[in-house]
Amino acid sequence: MLIKKAGDIPASEITPESVYNNRRHFLRAGAVGAVGALAGGLWARESLGGTVMPQDELPGVVKSPLSTDEDTNSWEQLTGYNNFYEFGTGKDDPARYAHEMNTDPWSIKVDGNVGKKGDYSVDDLIKPSQLEERIYRFRCVEAWSAVIPWVGVPLKDVLARLQPDSDANYVAFETLHRPDEMRGQRGRALRWPYVEGLRMDEAMHPLTLLAVGLYGRALPNQNGAPIRLVVPWKYGYKSIKSIVRIKLTKDEPPTSWNIANAREYGFYSNVNPEVSHPRWSQEYERPLGGFLKNKKTLMFNGYADQVASMYAGMDLARFH
Amino acid sequence: MKIPLFRLAVLVACITPGALLLYGAFVTGDLGINPVETLQHRTGATSLQLLLASLAITPLRKITGWSWLIKVRRMLGVWAFVYGFAHFMSYFAFDRLFSLAGVAEDVVLRRFVLSGMVSLLAMLPLALTSTKGWIRRMGGKKWQRLHRLAYVAAVAGALHFVWKKKVLTFETIAYTMSVLLLLGYRLVEATRKRRPSSTRQAPAA
Repeated sequence: MLIKKAGDIPASEITPESVYNNRRHFLRAGAVGAVGALAGGLWARESLGGTVMPQDELPGVVKSPLSTDEDTNSWEQLTGYNNFYEFGTGKDDPARYAHEMNTDPWSIKVDGNVGKKGDYSVDDLIKPSQLEERIYRFRCVEAWSAVIPWVGVPLKDVLARLQPDSDANYVAFETLHRPDEMRGQRGRALRWPYVEGLRMDEAMHPLTLLAVGLYGRALPNQNGAPIRLVVPWKYGYKSIKSIVRIKLTKDEPPTSWNIANAREYGFYSNVNPEVSHPRWSQEYERPLGGFLKNKKTLMFNGYADQVASMYAGMDLARFH
Repeated sequence: MKIPLFRLAVLVACITPGALLLYGAFVTGDLGINPVETLQHRTGATSLQLLLASLAITPLRKITGWSWLIKVRRMLGVWAFVYGFAHFMSYFAFDRLFSLAGVAEDVVLRRFVLSGMVSLLAMLPLALTSTKGWIRRMGGKKWQRLHRLAYVAAVAGALHFVWKKKVLTFETIAYTMSVLLLLGYRLVEATRKRRPSSTRQAPAA
């Protein structure tokens, strides 16, 4: 049997073996490298949790009868999962970048309708009061929730010492604005600086806290060091972080999320399972650490007995 | 040689995000502090990215002349649906606890959920008719026309993402621009093709 021999391929057409191999290697290495880089990048993002709890405890903290006895979330959860857009819109951005913020020295300007105007240190405001541990429920507008052991002092005591005048109907707060150290402020996710406000009776409510600590330790930067507000019956964004200004005002002050989207975020922002967020139901929440969005959200985040009377007769859907 | 290797690389790229999620869920147990959110975000983003990648094939082919790119288009589209379905299931199971009434309420009341559902449902018939057998059965023309639903899926998917976010981010802008670019290209192509026929119809002055 005769088998025809294939015609010779001209030498010029033949790819040298080394080039052939190199090209395949190059393509394969490129593909594998690209996939690997992608995987590595995602992985690095994921494995970053919160910080390690420091040793140093704040001295002289007493327990408060206003605390809930529910199980608290872990230090790692509370310091690794934060909304603090000054450091980026990702939940792990604050844990990653908040160390770039310098909190020492720190000065808080007090002005507006108040007797004792001036610039204060954190100690000036806090030291005259007894530090308390307050374990509060925390409800984010995004329908996740946590239980957090704060350390702080009642805002009402601090305000009383500053002597608001008779025209002081509201308290306005402002967060540090320092784009060099707060990389989120170099973008325009929100209008900077972040501002928040409370009506005077809300600010003077015994539950309203100026917090300086978490788990008996000084507040980590990503949680709003060195001093922040905690209003447990309102959605989390009302509890403004890293405060540099407290201004007493006659008129309702502007608030950041209301400026960004007035339809979705009102001035009051009380936790209310009956008033739906336009994009999701507020009836249920997912406790941090759990999988299911199966916890029923309570009116005023479970603080109705203490705070509901302040809103008697108000249309809470309109004043959401 | 180039094509099987290329297809393999794309297949690996399609599988990797899902494999990483499964690895995180079952091996290391580390999907971040809110694992459900991680699962939902990653499956949704991957679905949208693959859908946009599949829509980028035609313009890329025409611009570069690399006709072999077509070999991965169906694969990208099918995986976009797979991730989209996983995305829906993670919402259905973890957020809505398998309550169809809950899903219905969301769809009716919330454009954010409605847009996601439209995107997924637009991809469903495309995934079902993605085999060679279906192309033959339907005929190329009809099949192609049906698969223009991918445009609906992309617009609805991008809207779903934009409406989910509370503020403008790099991602929302990137997805919006991609959709505008990919659909804009097709619009320009379509009008360019139509123009000669319309001039033919015009009476000679």
